[in-house]
Amino acid sequence: MDSPLPLDCGRELKEVNIRYETAGTLNEDRSNAVLVTHALSGDAHVCGRHTPEDKKPGWWDEMIGPGRPVDTNKYFVICSNVIGGCSGSTGPQSIDPDTGKPYNMSFPVITVADMVRAQKRLVEHLGISKLLAVLGGSMGGMQVLQWAVDYPDAMECFIPIATASCFTPQNIAFDWVAREAIKADPNWNNGNYTPEASPDHGLAAARMLAHITYLSEESMGRKFGRALQNKSELDFAFNYDFAVESYLQYQGQRFVERFDANSYFYITRATDYFDLTAKTDGDLFKAVSNVKAAALVVAFSSDWLFPTEQSRKIVDALIRNGSEVSFCEIKSGYGHDAFLLEVDTLGRMIKDFLHYHQKGYSHE
Amino acid sequence: MNKRQFLDPQRRHDLDIIANVVDPGDRVLDLGCGDGLFLRELKEKRKADVLGVEIDQDSIVRCIGNGVPVIQRDLNGDLGFFPDKSFDLAVLSHTLQETSRPDLLLNSIVRIGKRAAVSVINFGHWRCRTQVMFRGRMPRSTQMPFQWYDTPNIHFCTLRDFRELCAQLDIKIVEERPIPGRFPRLTKLFPNVFATVCVFILEK
Repeated sequence: MDSPLPLDCGRELKEVNIRYETAGTLNEDRSNAVLVTHALSGDAHVCGRHTPEDKKPGWWDEMIGPGRPVDTNKYFVICSNVIGGCSGSTGPQSIDPDTGKPYNMSFPVITVADMVRAQKRLVEHLGISKLLAVLGGSMGGMQVLQWAVDYPDAMECFIPIATASCFTPQNIAFDWVAREAIKADPNWNNGNYTPEASPDHGLAAARMLAHITYLSEESMGRKFGRALQNKSELDFAFNYDFAVESYLQYQGQRFVERFDANSYFYITRATDYFDLTAKTDGDLFKAVSNVKAAALVVAFSSDWLFPTEQSRKIVDALIRNGSEVSFCEIKSGYGHDAFLLEVDTLGRMIKDFLHYHQKGYSHE
Repeated sequence: MNKRQFLDPQRRHDLDIIANVVDPGDRVLDLGCGDGLFLRELKEKRKADVLGVEIDQDSIVRCIGNGVPVIQRDLNGDLGFFPDKSFDLAVLSHTLQETSRPDLLLNSIVRIGKRAAVSVINFGHWRCRTQVMFRGRMPRSTQMPFQWYDTPNIHFCTLRDFRELCAQLDIKIVEERPIPGRFPRLTKLFPNVFATVCVFILEK
């Protein structure tokens, strides 16, 4: 981006770079674009494989692609890495043009609204004035809500999934502990670490903690029970005995391979600060009063990180506002992660909802 | 199970009557909207602006598949989030008898809707009466196919009971459209005995 991006904190970001991927083809009247927003640890690689040798496809490949619920034969899908991230967009690892050195912890504190402001520029850059839809789950859902409030004319419909209109004290508390774990890693060094000595232990611990919040008691019980990992009896020591311990360890290790500790600070802080009602004295109805697009709000029954009640609050406010809104709590035992796992039910709803909100669609 | 599908033979009668009171462009709320086909019809044919309320997940998925906006809610819960008179018509079709407090729900729908259309299954129908009287058994019929112990229908009433409740709640019955079983003429004279279902248009 040529011009600096103004931020909520009062500073601005110069020479902002946005990593994005697209799938499908933009139609002639540019009315089939769907923006997908990613969650905390996501990136721009939302679907497909870059090379046939790639082990894993994009993070929402089951939802998005040719013949998938968000069918890229029909829709032009855009997904970008959030600013503050570590997967190609400007973030703490980027070089500060003023100093010529990486920002590290001198990167400005960003908000979800800042992320969305950057995405809006990207969408304009792609020549799209009105998106068909903005959709995403978890932190992606927060961006979706922010889009609907900040740019009410920029979309036909929006689909916030497994999310809330603000971060709860419980959510903030988990983030705090996660960041404390990173801070406690001597390698962190106030953010001035090197790739050779990065705070992997701290970041892995942060991820393990967060990962627990994405599961449910039921899903952990079903997946692991009290099963032991590669052993038949307890060790009476503190190495991992249980399958669930080994699983978390694995998740933590995998995470540090692809994520940056400083980014974890900035992105979690953005979610902590997220409150749609910050400018309306806590009044959600007022906060959504300019929303024009139709909404499909989805929650999951076992999601205790973003409980259904949080989604209902959004729905109630939109109804009071006279907006077109649909809402479903999908029965699922998967906890917060359900938004990535319950593809059948969620996919069917998203597919049908998009179909009925295409430009020029009419029942006749 | 989808209630409306089950009740299909009777479905059209009360819904046709209700559809006829919808003016083009009306905002219509259907409480217990099932798969949303009725609202879809109102949307297409009457150009109504519609919203369904449903508790069953599969029905909600079908509503969205029918292009009908729907929200998941329990009608036994608080409906206070709907502003007063925010709909031209609030519809309660074959649903009242399934709710835990029909009186509270009636109060809600006449608050939310400028008018309300309620179709009531008549427990005072002569077949019900004779089943209790001569067979000594709880009534079962096409509208009420369940056994007493597994029925979702927990609050049946007769048309007379319903009128009385409306009077108690200070709800005005604007129109009463009994749906006959076999005896249309007798139904006009004695709706409480011969109507299988009755559509009430209410206001407060």
